[in-house]
Amino acid sequence: MENTAIKYTFKDFQSDQEVRWCPGCDDYVILRSIQKALPEINKKKEDVVFISGIGCSSRFPYYMDTYGMHTIHGRAAAIATGAKLANPDLSVWVASGDGDSMAIGGNHFIHVLRRNVDLNYILFNNEIYGLTKGQFSPTSLLGQKTKTSPYGNTQPPFNPGELAIGSSARFFARLGGNVPKEMTKVFIEAEKFKGTSLVEILQNCVIFNDGCFTKYTDKTVKEDQQVHLEHGKPMIFGKEKNKGLVLNGLKLEVVTIGENGVSEADILVHDAKEPDSTLHMMLVKLDYPLATGVIRSVEEPTFGERERELVERVTTNSQFKTVDDLYCSGETYEVK
Amino acid sequence: MITDNKNSTISRDNEVVESVVIRFVGDSGDGMQLTGTQFSDTSAMFGNDIATFPNYPSEIRAPQGSLYGVSGFQVHIGQKDIATPGDDVDVLVAMNPAGLKTNLFALKPGQMLIVDSDSFTKKNLEKAQYETNPLEDGSLDNYKVIQVAMTTHTKEAVKELGLDNKSILRSKNMFALGMVYFIFDRSMDHTIEFFEKKFKKKPAVVEANTKVLKAGFFYAETLELISTTYQVAPAKMEKGMYRMLNGNTATAWGLLAAQQNSGLELFLGSYPITPATDILHELVKHRYFGIKTFQAEDEIAGITSSIGAAFAGDLAITTTSGPGLALKGEAIGLAMMIELPLVIINVQRGGPSTGLPTKTEQSDLMQALYGRNGESPVIVIAASTPSNAFDYAYEACKLALEHMTPVILLTDGYIANGSAPWKIKKAADMPPISNHLVKEGTTEYRPYERDEKTLARKWAIPGMKGLEHRVGGLEKDKDSGNVSHVPMNHEYQTNIRAEKINRVQDYIPQVKAEYNEEGDLLVVGWGGTYGSLSTTVKEMSDAGYKVGHLHFNYINPLPKNTADILGKFKKIIVCELNKGQMVKVLKMNFTQFEYLQFNKVQGLPFTTIELTDKFKQLI
Repeated sequence: MENTAIKYTFKDFQSDQEVRWCPGCDDYVILRSIQKALPEINKKKEDVVFISGIGCSSRFPYYMDTYGMHTIHGRAAAIATGAKLANPDLSVWVASGDGDSMAIGGNHFIHVLRRNVDLNYILFNNEIYGLTKGQFSPTSLLGQKTKTSPYGNTQPPFNPGELAIGSSARFFARLGGNVPKEMTKVFIEAEKFKGTSLVEILQNCVIFNDGCFTKYTDKTVKEDQQVHLEHGKPMIFGKEKNKGLVLNGLKLEVVTIGENGVSEADILVHDAKEPDSTLHMMLVKLDYPLATGVIRSVEEPTFGERERELVERVTTNSQFKTVDDLYCSGETYEVK
Repeated sequence: MITDNKNSTISRDNEVVESVVIRFVGDSGDGMQLTGTQFSDTSAMFGNDIATFPNYPSEIRAPQGSLYGVSGFQVHIGQKDIATPGDDVDVLVAMNPAGLKTNLFALKPGQMLIVDSDSFTKKNLEKAQYETNPLEDGSLDNYKVIQVAMTTHTKEAVKELGLDNKSILRSKNMFALGMVYFIFDRSMDHTIEFFEKKFKKKPAVVEANTKVLKAGFFYAETLELISTTYQVAPAKMEKGMYRMLNGNTATAWGLLAAQQNSGLELFLGSYPITPATDILHELVKHRYFGIKTFQAEDEIAGITSSIGAAFAGDLAITTTSGPGLALKGEAIGLAMMIELPLVIINVQRGGPSTGLPTKTEQSDLMQALYGRNGESPVIVIAASTPSNAFDYAYEACKLALEHMTPVILLTDGYIANGSAPWKIKKAADMPPISNHLVKEGTTEYRPYERDEKTLARKWAIPGMKGLEHRVGGLEKDKDSGNVSHVPMNHEYQTNIRAEKINRVQDYIPQVKAEYNEEGDLLVVGWGGTYGSLSTTVKEMSDAGYKVGHLHFNYINPLPKNTADILGKFKKIIVCELNKGQMVKVLKMNFTQFEYLQFNKVQGLPFTTIELTDKFKQLI
């Protein structure tokens, strides 16, 4: 329900539970960013639901003073789908990790995106299993040494953005785990987007995979290693704001503005609303620079809207008003 | 016997029979299910009591003429109470050699066999693994064989309509049906009306089928080989409006009544699996009642989406069959732990693993009771006839909502696909359904605050202001509802969840032994074997045997007076279509008795003959 009467602060979304993540975990940043985003989404607190599976990140609902369900491994997306179909007025959020989403819950992950259920999906990607103490996950790197790959990981990783867009994701954003203000902004945008909004957070695990994203997210390198995309703005990055992306044949290429006759006008302008996902796919796969921000945001009818349209259509044409009409329809006979 | 004067040229006997069993068999593309259904519906409208059972292969279109591609439909009609589709067959209609080969064993000696002689070609005989033609080698001498060139006659009947060969062959089942209608003195009107409705926009199809049906009827009339026709008078049934209903449709309709009476919206999360899918098929047709049907990506999403819907306040259902129940196990545990109302319907089939998907069995009882990690009791009930699947589907919803727990309803392939006359009910005929939704205006909420009597917890759902709370699979503190690993709290919560299920005993009916309340032998069964056990016990009781029948619809918890009933008989025999699962439950609960067993795992129901033989040995 739209509501402008009540003004919340982030404190209204803090539960009375002590937060028990490891000191220094990016999960704290995500939690605070969400708590700051929720007062801005124009939803009543009682209409907000957090659903999680299993893993460090899945403790999330306990720390939110909203309705919440901490469920079983991998199934949060399916449970959230049911909750949203049951009550379309809810603002439904899924908190899930890389293992929860793309290993045990891979099937639900791709299907929630395919159906475009109107919910917000925060993917805490730390490229490791944290709660079970350090096994490789479906996003761990090749060669990565973990408890279950002491000699190096031999399973090539998923790129979550690639998997998501390949599964018809209409909204995909990616952010480092150390940028609370940007996170809050993107969470608000995700909530406002009608359809499944997937936000991947590159979340550092200080215990089992510390520094896994440092080369992109460290404050000293961030500007040179990330291109932060904004719809309608050129894909320019670098401390000097002199690097940019252009298309060279079927590949994205980094160029320097002012060199080889390249001017700002040559740089690609980000169009997050382009239905054709080709360029979005190239962007999510880019290693240098790493694309962050809202990469894709293409509105289409949501699953709920299609369902409600169907029900309305069949209800208008229905010959039955009550179940008794149905029971008495067709081939009946009387025993006298 | 009366002499029939219907046809001036032929004198034949008209035999009055109490009941008769007819089986139609043919290739899976021969339309045997339609033929059988038409005969059943016509007989039901005539006033017979009736039970039907389709028997079809798991292949959709197995190679034509093959033994494993045979599809059958058995119907038992009578002027007496009919509780099963019958054991041995009085009339077998075989549309091809493979059908004859696989079904002849069921035909009683001396009884009528109708075959399409055109289909007994060299090729078809080979496919059916006949070395010689059974129509010529004398192997059928013990039966009244009526050979009819049905294909030829069908072609003849529609020759001026200019249909293609395939369409013509497709209607030859109607020639067989016409003949059977003549033999049982049934009107063709219902079937002709059926064509007119079904093929409204294809008048040529209506005309062809009607012509073939009539051709069969009139051909039978002129056939001297048919020396007997049969009269099966209307049964004495309770007055009222009826319709034929199979168990799966009855289940779906029971759920619809529960939605209407509970005042909640119904959510069905499901994944296709034989033989449960027809419940989903039925419910998706009725979206205009505001029901939400969701075909999920897998069995797990089927149940977990339902759990999400239950959390948000819907009457949540999931439907499946054996292997699907296994996949749902962890999620049932979650719903049990969170204490949400949820109905899980398991249409049992032959197991283990993929097993026998289209055949019946009762081998999921242990899975329903115990197929989860941890101490995780849920309510388990079972429907026992196609018709009462309506009542037990409704009851499953009522118990789930009134006791805040998952309820597993067991049906099976036999009652799911079997049909019987259903005395039409109204939603208002069913008992009211209450729930534990928190009342409006409540300002404080503790998730595990319980109803004093039922121990059901209160149900606050998203959207209720000020009642925000978190639930989950982790153990929770009994008071605050927060995560708790405190040893004594875990034990307390474990005990109270079990006690909540035990207390359901106070809300379910007591059982009684049918036919004899005490005596020499108590026949115990549960679920879909009701018809065969009841028929057998009644027959034996009528013949003077002191035998009673105790049948369970409520399995966890068991009815309160179970031990009283068990104690009234000298011997107890527990009959199940598994290796002995209910008997283990009884042994665990009532150690004071000795139990005999009769078990069958052939993918088939019990026959009254085998049951009678067994029971007589024991008395």
